[in-house]
Amino acid sequence: MTDDAVIVVQNLRKTYGSRVAVDDVSFEVRRGEIFGLLGSNGAGKTTTVECLEGLRRPEGGAARVLGVDAAARPEKLRGRVGCQLQDSRLPDRLRVWEALQLFAATAPGRVEWEPLLAAWGLTEKRNDAFSGLSGGQRQRLLVALSLVGDPEVVFLDEMTTGLDPGARRTTWGLIEAVRDRGTTIVLVTHFMDEAERLCDRVAVMDRGRIVAQDSPAALIAAEAGAVRVTFTGDGDFGWLAELPIVDSVTRHGAWVEVLGEGPVLNHVAAALLERGLAPFDLQTERPTLEETFLKLTGHGLED
Amino acid sequence: MRLFRLLTWVEVKLFLREPLTVVFAFGFPLVMLFVLAEVFGTVPVVPDPGDPVAFRGLSPLGYYVPGYIALAAAAAGLIMIPAHLAAYRESGVLRRFRAAAIPAWIIFGSQVAVEAALSLIGGALVTVAAYAAYDIAAPVSVVGSLVAFLFIVAAFAAIGVALGAVMPSPRAAQGAGVMLFFVMMMLSGTGPPLDVMTPLMRDIGAALPLQHAVLAVQDPWLGFGWNWLQLGILAGVTVVCGALATLAFRRQ
Repeated sequence: MTDDAVIVVQNLRKTYGSRVAVDDVSFEVRRGEIFGLLGSNGAGKTTTVECLEGLRRPEGGAARVLGVDAAARPEKLRGRVGCQLQDSRLPDRLRVWEALQLFAATAPGRVEWEPLLAAWGLTEKRNDAFSGLSGGQRQRLLVALSLVGDPEVVFLDEMTTGLDPGARRTTWGLIEAVRDRGTTIVLVTHFMDEAERLCDRVAVMDRGRIVAQDSPAALIAAEAGAVRVTFTGDGDFGWLAELPIVDSVTRHGAWVEVLGEGPVLNHVAAALLERGLAPFDLQTERPTLEETFLKLTGHGLED
Repeated sequence: MRLFRLLTWVEVKLFLREPLTVVFAFGFPLVMLFVLAEVFGTVPVVPDPGDPVAFRGLSPLGYYVPGYIALAAAAAGLIMIPAHLAAYRESGVLRRFRAAAIPAWIIFGSQVAVEAALSLIGGALVTVAAYAAYDIAAPVSVVGSLVAFLFIVAAFAAIGVALGAVMPSPRAAQGAGVMLFFVMMMLSGTGPPLDVMTPLMRDIGAALPLQHAVLAVQDPWLGFGWNWLQLGILAGVTVVCGALATLAFRRQ
């Protein structure tokens, strides 16, 4: 266990009847990082964080948050941990400001909740009832509630579900600002672009197990395989295969496809330029976390 | 305590924003009492030879007033709490509260506090309205009546929380609460007086808590003394329903 670990999960196991939801899961989250739990629906992500939120009692293993056994002593974490739960609502007729005031009262001492109204774009909605908010406004309120009182650890479970693309990007910026203030964030998501943009490290879950964990860039690099460079051009480019970094050169009509490993684009560009060639559409396809995820789990998100 | 006070205040506001529940909890017992007062009046009914004594031989309205105080508590417990708690359970509000580590005693205590306040206001409205509009005798034992009232409030709070815990959906909880309320109203001495009911009606009523609640407050109110048996039954209902609710909520 590293010194700055604020969350330690060891050999966690949780079953629902005969179905094993979480199977021997271990990971650590360090202070001040955004840690992503990735996986398709039913992979066990939500069950894992629910054990950390004190909402479920695991059958085996340990789930410690800030040194506290989360399932046994949830009251010791009151005010130190913020949660945004998947599929959770507030009372229909509760107003926005009342919700913030109520959750602010769960933290010890006086808590300023008014700034969250402005930060999360809810100032004009402060007197509206929860049932009168749009899906995106509700989601923003629920995320804002998890941040009331500046908790040390925040769990966000599918926080951008229901948000339009603009609101998603705004939310990402706000969450990065929260992390920059030193808060540790656990982000549960099945949006790979979100994880790639926000997470310092991720754990990929599949069927109740963790199949990989590292930084997104390291995961991508480890699983990326062949790098693909393409450009259009006339003539024969078979000579590019002589470059040590290139494995194959194939023509598809006007397109030339070069496969290799490592910084293929740089070497191909240099070799082409040496011969006075500078195709304007020379490009490489950077492998994404999504492709890496598919390789790691061996199936798509919809499975 | 600060959190308990705030959540209770929030619950009061949420209740006041449900106009139908407000009207029902406060208005319904008043309307019923008005109808009964106009039909049966305040003068003791002298039965024909061979007929049973009705209203325990007392003023009909005087007979009904303590019963309707119990009924006001039943309305608060059965009409408000079950649907409200079942909705909290189903929509994840309870999970969200628990994730914020709000203690269970605060969550359920605030419900009971609101229910108790509503029962008190409902019972006071019934009493004040009856004494203001009609000429009836004052309660014989105020202390006995108040103690019985506390037992009644506790029992119906426990029943309401238990219904909210075990009913599968808010609609089912609402339906169960309303049905239980009306069946009990007809069979517990708040509709036809107990002394003119058939033995079968009285037996069915005896299986339901409102009849015990009515007798528990009626006896000291009308001068028949404390009814320890009925107080004991109400305490038993409170314990059993409270335990049932605790178990059901723990399991989720």
